[in-house]
Amino acid sequence: MNSGLDLELSFNQAMQGFGISSDIAHILWLPLPMLLVLIAAVVGVLVTVWLERKISAAAQQRIGPEYAGALGILQPMADGLKLLVKEDIIPARADGLLFTLGPILVLVPVILSWLIVPFGQNLLISNVGIGIFLWIALSSIQPIGLLMSGYASNNKYSLLGGLRAAAQSISYEIPLALSVLAVVMMSNSLSTVDIVAQQNNAGFLSWNVWRQPVGFVIFWICALAECERLPFDLPEAEEELVAGYQTEYAGMKFALFYLAGYINLVLSALLVSVLYLGGWGFPIPVNLLASWIGQSPDSALIQVFTGAAGIVMTILKAYLLVFLAILLRWTTPRVRIDQLLDLGWKFLLPISLVNLLVTACLKLAFPIAFGG
Amino acid sequence: MNISNSTELICFIILSTIVVCGGIGVVLLENIVYSAFLLGGVFMSVAGLYLLLNASFVAAAQVLVYVGAVNVLILFAIMLVNKKEEMNEVKGLKLRKFLSGFVCIGLLILIIRVNITTAWPLPGPKSIGEESTIRIGEHLFTDYLLPFELASVLLLMAMIGAIVLARRDVYFENENISPSNNIIKQSKTPLIADKSSN
Repeated sequence: MNSGLDLELSFNQAMQGFGISSDIAHILWLPLPMLLVLIAAVVGVLVTVWLERKISAAAQQRIGPEYAGALGILQPMADGLKLLVKEDIIPARADGLLFTLGPILVLVPVILSWLIVPFGQNLLISNVGIGIFLWIALSSIQPIGLLMSGYASNNKYSLLGGLRAAAQSISYEIPLALSVLAVVMMSNSLSTVDIVAQQNNAGFLSWNVWRQPVGFVIFWICALAECERLPFDLPEAEEELVAGYQTEYAGMKFALFYLAGYINLVLSALLVSVLYLGGWGFPIPVNLLASWIGQSPDSALIQVFTGAAGIVMTILKAYLLVFLAILLRWTTPRVRIDQLLDLGWKFLLPISLVNLLVTACLKLAFPIAFGG
Repeated sequence: MNISNSTELICFIILSTIVVCGGIGVVLLENIVYSAFLLGGVFMSVAGLYLLLNASFVAAAQVLVYVGAVNVLILFAIMLVNKKEEMNEVKGLKLRKFLSGFVCIGLLILIIRVNITTAWPLPGPKSIGEESTIRIGEHLFTDYLLPFELASVLLLMAMIGAIVLARRDVYFENENISPSNNIIKQSKTPLIADKSSN
């Protein structure tokens, strides 16, 4: 199982070479991947915001940002800086404590969920055994933050937006968890590393998307709904609710909501690629490629290539999905709140239950193809 | 004492302080919304205690069920009916508070006594870590099957009861609900209004 690059082990050995004990080296190592992933998440958001501006411009036959850096690539940085230096306003009759705590409670679970996103065999912060279940549990904390900021703003639109956000997030959590459960059943493990490893036997032919096409669609719809993206952006529908729970927020607190939304989008795309599109796997097995050019799969060169290809593949797949999400946002109309709840409870929930049942039957009938 | 042990001790002290103080706060705070949010914090720290015991699956389930479902529903209920109106004066409120406080302190003393007199096996059973998910599944489908199924039947009954209560217009045809006696507004509930008009 533990083949491939193990950076922690190498780091630990290098530190011991400097005469530092193994325990201390471990503590020195701990913040490094966390910092790296935090930076990766923020850079991912900057890229996504730029993509969103450029693609929306193309969809509306505009040019989009073009003066800040080449092709306007620094525009998201300028946006972020502007939000950073803006005045932080707390409305006079709002509840200051809850008003401040709300955005934090929305952002923290999303960033914590990056704990389980694998970019390679050993390239993740922590291979926790409950992997994907941790993400489902963490994402259920978010509605509390939304309700909190909606309530604390002392504004009817905010309260309505917060309630809508919580209702939407609860109703879409269930089909989401059920479709994840079908994948977990096939790979016999909750760990994201095992789920990816199980899909990488025969290149892109063994990806879960062929075995779980219905689950893939359900998961993608639910993930979009959890991210509150159009067609499901009812909690902040500007024609109805001004901006929902964000109405009273300004400056950095608003930026926290903004950041949480986009980090959640990138995270969802990454998880779709992990669960259904083979994660870090190369479309053609690397071992096969290595044997074609006459190299042993264990040689150092091939190992480095596998690691690099893994990171590139994960990000490439995720950003293809982000592109799809952005296209959807700028080309589809918003659904009504009753349509949204009908879709969640009366359509997606039964379908995902049937999907789970069919997967269980297929697992019993064809244990070879469905991971028996 | 090595690093991991002392980290564990510090985490335990912080978490249990949050649980105890938060629990007292939930009961004593005047503002019911604060109580509900604080309850969420208490649930989270209980999940943290489970994590310290190496029961990561139970911790995640605790967050998912108690924070993600129970607490959000409590908040929903509070926010949908949160009218700022004066409560009616309750007779003998001081006596009631005293009595309930007395009962609670009695229970606390009982638990402390049990805690002191029981001979706890030290060190406790070895934790099974990641394997716990498999073990929980095995137990739920063998020796705990009946309680598990009974609990799900109970939940189903509660759900059906809630639906029946919420959809009175469909299930109680002869009940006297009509727009004329001002219980409901015609514009808001067209389903009932239609039925009563013909």
